Amino acid sequence: MLSTFSGVAANFGGIPLAFAFIATLGSIGIVTQFLQNQLHFNIYQHNFSLFTKTGVEIVYLYFQLPLMILVISPAIDGLKREWREAASNLGAKPWQFWRYVGLPVLMPSILGAIILLFGNAFAAYATAYSLTSGAVNLVPIQIGAYYSGNVLDNPHLAQAMAFGMFVVLAVMMLVYIPLQRRAARWAK
Amino acid sequence: MKGFRRMAPSAYVWLLLGGLYFFIPLLATLLFSLKSNQTGKCCTLASYGWVIHNGDFWHTLKVSFLLALETIAVSLLIFVPTIYWVHLRLPRLRPVIAFLALIPFVVPPIVMVVGLLKFYKGSPEWFYAQPWGFLVAAYVILAFPYMFFSLDAGFRAIDVHTLTEASNSLGASWPVTLVKVILPNIRAAALAGSFLTLAIVMGEFTIANLSAFHTFPLFLQYVNETQAYPAAALTLMSFAITWAAMLSLLFVGRKRGARASVIAGAR
Repeated sequence: MLSTFSGVAANFGGIPLAFAFIATLGSIGIVTQFLQNQLHFNIYQHNFSLFTKTGVEIVYLYFQLPLMILVISPAIDGLKREWREAASNLGAKPWQFWRYVGLPVLMPSILGAIILLFGNAFAAYATAYSLTSGAVNLVPIQIGAYYSGNVLDNPHLAQAMAFGMFVVLAVMMLVYIPLQRRAARWAK
Repeated sequence: MKGFRRMAPSAYVWLLLGGLYFFIPLLATLLFSLKSNQTGKCCTLASYGWVIHNGDFWHTLKVSFLLALETIAVSLLIFVPTIYWVHLRLPRLRPVIAFLALIPFVVPPIVMVVGLLKFYKGSPEWFYAQPWGFLVAAYVILAFPYMFFSLDAGFRAIDVHTLTEASNSLGASWPVTLVKVILPNIRAAALAGSFLTLAIVMGEFTIANLSAFHTFPLFLQYVNETQAYPAAALTLMSFAITWAAMLSLLFVGRKRGARASVIAGAR
């Protein structure tokens, strides 16, 4: 159930997702207006704005959380009950099981998932573009502005930044592949 | 580790919080879409009427849908014979192709489009200036990982060698074997890959925006900037397309050999 739902939710992204949050937490969004009318609390007068870095983070979480669930749950399913029983037979308390058995076994999967989510958020363009109309300073938005912008036309700078992103992601892959190989060791 | 276990009370709290976080934006969009464009009051279907009577809506939807169909057709034509041949004759090449398939997955669309626009600069007008040329070429690359991993899983679930030998010894030629024997056996996998591709192309914004082709997501963005309440109605319709593609995928996924990666959002 949870994984089916995550599979669908992880695919919500881009322009529609940005607008769904504008309708929720934008300045005339449903939740914003609800707080204003019912509780007389205007979040936009308390340093909150959906169209800033914080806002982009809240929206990215919407597809990042289900992705994390999808990626990490096979690893957690792979924890064998016998390990837990063996640990408690040897006198381990629950926290000791997690500290000395659970987390070390899960660590490659967790690191791999972190890298995957990093790449996913690093590469996202449409969501942030639609949400802030290009006002937030992200590398993909800058590339887009320099490449097709009327004012900031500088395709060579855009190409250089694109190559920079590529280098970052290539390094990420170089870390990810060995981690994945290590994580696969404990599967079955 | 399967089956029902007793859940801690805190688990329910987290599930509830997570559920609220995921459903409130959908609910808010629905409520927003029912507001009147003039008065901002609930409840009217005027926004949906605006969308349905908008010519650009139908036009861009058609463009995106045709682009998706063309991408699916080109991808299947290229990848089905290739992956078949790799499974049959060149199994040592499989890891190489699997690695190649990771590249479009890792390279962000924004980087890819900058590279592709530069690379194809100076190519003929009918290719470079037409969505049916340039954009489909880019989308085939974008869909490659999803097509490959779906089809690869499909081919792994069947016995390619036995099927091919049986078909050949009964006198079938290679094309007949591929179309009449192999294709029906990997139908579920091919469908799964096609639905993923459909979902990707219908939602793809980055490449279309930078290469200035007017597709459905660009229309959506244009409405977002100009018309608040119809934009909510359109957003829900766009989610419905994603939902439909994903549910179809889950449905064909129940059949043999069609399990595929299901992360195909356009971000």
